[in-house]
Amino acid sequence: MEDTTMDIGQVKKVLEVALLTTQEPLALAELKKLFDEDLSSDALRRILEELRTDWEERSVELTQVASGWRFRARPEFQRYLDRVNPIRPPRYSRAVMETLAIIAYRQPVTRGDIENIRGVTVSTNIIRALEERGWIDVVGHREVPGRPALYATTKSLLDDLNLRSLDELPPLDDLGALVETAGEQTELPVAPEPEAVPQPQPQPELYEDRRRAAAA
Amino acid sequence: MIEAMAPNPIAKIYGEPILEVPHDLYIPPDALEVFLEQFEGPLDLLLYLIRKENINVLDIPMAQLTVQYLEYVEMMRAKTLELAAEYLLMAAMLIEIKSRMLLPQPVAAALEEDPRAELVRRLLEYEQMKLAAQGLNELPQAGRDFALVQVVFDEAVAERLPDVNPADLRSAWLALLTRASVQRHHRITREQLSVRDYMSRILRRLQETRYVQFNDLFDAAQGIAVLVVIFLALLELARERLVELAQQAAYAPIYVKLRSGPLLAVE
Repeated sequence: MEDTTMDIGQVKKVLEVALLTTQEPLALAELKKLFDEDLSSDALRRILEELRTDWEERSVELTQVASGWRFRARPEFQRYLDRVNPIRPPRYSRAVMETLAIIAYRQPVTRGDIENIRGVTVSTNIIRALEERGWIDVVGHREVPGRPALYATTKSLLDDLNLRSLDELPPLDDLGALVETAGEQTELPVAPEPEAVPQPQPQPELYEDRRRAAAA
Repeated sequence: MIEAMAPNPIAKIYGEPILEVPHDLYIPPDALEVFLEQFEGPLDLLLYLIRKENINVLDIPMAQLTVQYLEYVEMMRAKTLELAAEYLLMAAMLIEIKSRMLLPQPVAAALEEDPRAELVRRLLEYEQMKLAAQGLNELPQAGRDFALVQVVFDEAVAERLPDVNPADLRSAWLALLTRASVQRHHRITREQLSVRDYMSRILRRLQETRYVQFNDLFDAAQGIAVLVVIFLALLELARERLVELAQQAAYAPIYVKLRSGPLLAVE
């Protein structure tokens, strides 16, 4: 019965402690379970927004992603954290990122669709790596001979990129604009070099080759 | 004089004019291979050639492009790179497009599509995705570019042992003393007891067992002097953070255990 007298400040604190002690994003439905009384989604959202504002000046921020709300460290502090732990996850190779981009922007797609766009065979390793990362999954099969699997991106990808929905992905370059960009890209595309010590990489195909960056 | 007569030396090394480009020093041994490996397939290579030559995508000079493309493919073969079949397929396609363009166009077929249209469409579609991939890669990624936050609240997550307060140590010590005094031997021999020595002994013992009960470290029969030294050694070890003293509850046995983490990293 004490909950009925719970003021907004207290609600905010309860939300705060729940979000701080959970690494995974918490959906509104889950956050509602924290309270005896029936809080409307709107009210809850308003309080979450307030909480977000409260944390604005801190190194940690409250963000809303595909699966719900969660706290994250602001990216600009990552370089300090990296000093403590210089082993950072390696960056994915262009092959992996291009495959992911095609799935993200053209989903649902089959492996054949991906191969048509990239003009090369998509290795099973790449698909598996993305599946294991939890970024893509099979959402069905195309009803053609062979019933190829249809791939789509998951909420987890959006969470990891700190996005709420696919609409928030960077917009695609207009094809018409690409026709006119002749000559702008004379440099070889070189992916940004990972700044940190790379981990031993058992599957070089999936990760960036250090030699490329060195030679470029 | 000789230098002046030499036809345009490219460079001078130790005063010697160099007239010819050295054959093997020119490109670092792996550079070409690395350069060629950078392409994600024939479309990527074609796109590179087109963008490099500042070619209008809507009016690709097929002969020029095909020649350049084949040069690269030849280089790849010469370098015995594993040449994917896709590269050869693309070469065949380029030549086919070129030859179709050479054929005289019957008037009726004037409306037929430019043979290059399909290639252009694929190139642009690929380029669009290639740029999208770069864009995706630039988005901050959890774990790579930002950290997630989690405050620990579950006590079971980290094993937490109660701290030992000085009074507990004191009473344990007194209990030992009482026991020792009961069986006190009087010896005249003088022993050189080094606290450091006993510290090492305790550590060595802990290396084998990880932890030991406080009482087990002391053998009352050794006499008070030794007990004192052991006790001092233990305190010293704890002070230097080489061991940890832990007690589950009041009056429960006190455990001495090695501090986790590398032993030598302690300042």
